[in-house]
Amino acid sequence: MLTVDALTKTYKTGDKALRAVGFTVPKGQVVGLIGPSGAGKSTLIRCINRLVEPTEGRVLLNDLDVTALPAAGLRRARRRIGMIFQEYALVERLTVMENVLSGRLGYVGFWRSFLRRFPETDIENAFRLLDRVGLMSHADKRADALSGGQRQRVGIARALAQDPELLLIDEPTASLDPKTSRQIMRLIVEICAERGLPAIINIHDVLLAQQFTQRIIGLRAGEVVFDGDPAALDENVLTRIYGEEDWTAMRRAAEEDDAAERDAAERMAGMV
Amino acid sequence: MSVTTYPRTWRRPPTMIRDARLRYALYAGILVYLVLAVGSVEVNWARVWEGLDRGWRFVLGFLQPDFTSRWRDISQGLVESLTMTMTATVAGVIISVPIGIGAARNLAPRPVYYLCRGIIALSRSLQEIIIAILLVAMFGFGPFAGFLTLTFATIGFLSKLLAEDIEDIDEAQAEAIRATGASWWQLVNYAVQPQVMPRLIGLVLYRFDINFRESAVIGIVGAGGIGATLNTAIDRYEYDSAGAVLLIIIAIVMAAEYSSSHIRKWVQ
Repeated sequence: MLTVDALTKTYKTGDKALRAVGFTVPKGQVVGLIGPSGAGKSTLIRCINRLVEPTEGRVLLNDLDVTALPAAGLRRARRRIGMIFQEYALVERLTVMENVLSGRLGYVGFWRSFLRRFPETDIENAFRLLDRVGLMSHADKRADALSGGQRQRVGIARALAQDPELLLIDEPTASLDPKTSRQIMRLIVEICAERGLPAIINIHDVLLAQQFTQRIIGLRAGEVVFDGDPAALDENVLTRIYGEEDWTAMRRAAEEDDAAERDAAERMAGMV
Repeated sequence: MSVTTYPRTWRRPPTMIRDARLRYALYAGILVYLVLAVGSVEVNWARVWEGLDRGWRFVLGFLQPDFTSRWRDISQGLVESLTMTMTATVAGVIISVPIGIGAARNLAPRPVYYLCRGIIALSRSLQEIIIAILLVAMFGFGPFAGFLTLTFATIGFLSKLLAEDIEDIDEAQAEAIRATGASWWQLVNYAVQPQVMPRLIGLVLYRFDINFRESAVIGIVGAGGIGATLNTAIDRYEYDSAGAVLLIIIAIVMAAEYSSSHIRKWVQ
């Protein structure tokens, strides 16, 4: 369980990125965090594992106060929080396997990681995860040899290798095409359900968020302006989060997209 | 219904100096300075005429290089130079990698950063020849002084360029490794090293060939190697042997150039 309590972040420039943000995510819940660019979504999830240092407020991970930890304690806390990134953030020149195993860095000593001599259980688990995300045969390829969707799967495997108690996911689909986006979102949601993992997903695509998450938090100018069921996300709420726009048009366009995609899929199925 | 007319000419606005008068004044100033500067160079044409003859003999020596009569000196100087270059490059790399990491703003704490930048500035501000003269005075003639000189110069060069390369890495990859709970050393090994390694290898090869060329120069002030051989040959007016030495230097630098471009392609 994750509790965020009155989290505030003021940057050195004086910009207030977050204003007393608070919410609780119970075990196994997948939360979509939506809001316009610059609303503080990225800052919020980075404050949770203190890649960005919050100015005020607390972050509690199963009763552990992450915000109060000294450096060594913070590293131990970070290894319990898996993170998935927008542009995958894989180390491009390392192999897929090394990228997955890098999720274990918080658990092994320097020399073991330097010599790539990870414990057998870690290696076994890394292979299991690669198999789970469907990349078993790519283990020895360099990360930059993979496609976008494959890279994001490696990113997911790396986060899971940490054996996390929480997933922070920053725009997982921003660099992917609509179909791959859905596959990746489905994979994330399935894995969270399998492991009872709570997750916070920063996401631009409102419809994708509605389709895959169990709860939506809307952020505007660093404040929570909506927190509730995805079904409750109507035109009024969207206007409150993003400002005035013709939301029905967006929905129609997306339905057409979906229909086209289904159509294409059926035709593909027919060909086989 | 009115039709908007758009301009049909467009000129790039001046970006550096907006005021046209100031700009032209500056151009004029630069021109005047150049004319005066060139005018102040004193050339003794009589001496140039005399020297032409000597230069011509040098060129002739080039055209008829004599590898054989001084071969013992040349080969000994060459081996000395290559040893000096190799050892100095290796020692320089070993010392400059930690200094380079320390001089990267995104990895090192402030005091370490300033210390390492200080070392780099010191190494870069002193020219090889000056160091060589100092070290020859300290350690006597011979390749040991040359080895120390080249090592010292390598530190400034490699650390600076490595530090700049580390500062230019893709931060997202480093952030991802940091988010796994990795320690600082693990961060360097997993996120920084893979990103800077190809360029580091390229820089080391480049520095190797700079060191070889420098070994010829510092030999002239007594730091051993092929430079000492070259100096002796010129002092004895044996331009044919000097030509041979220069041709060998050119051949070795070219070989280093070609092999380094191959190696760089291979490590990409």
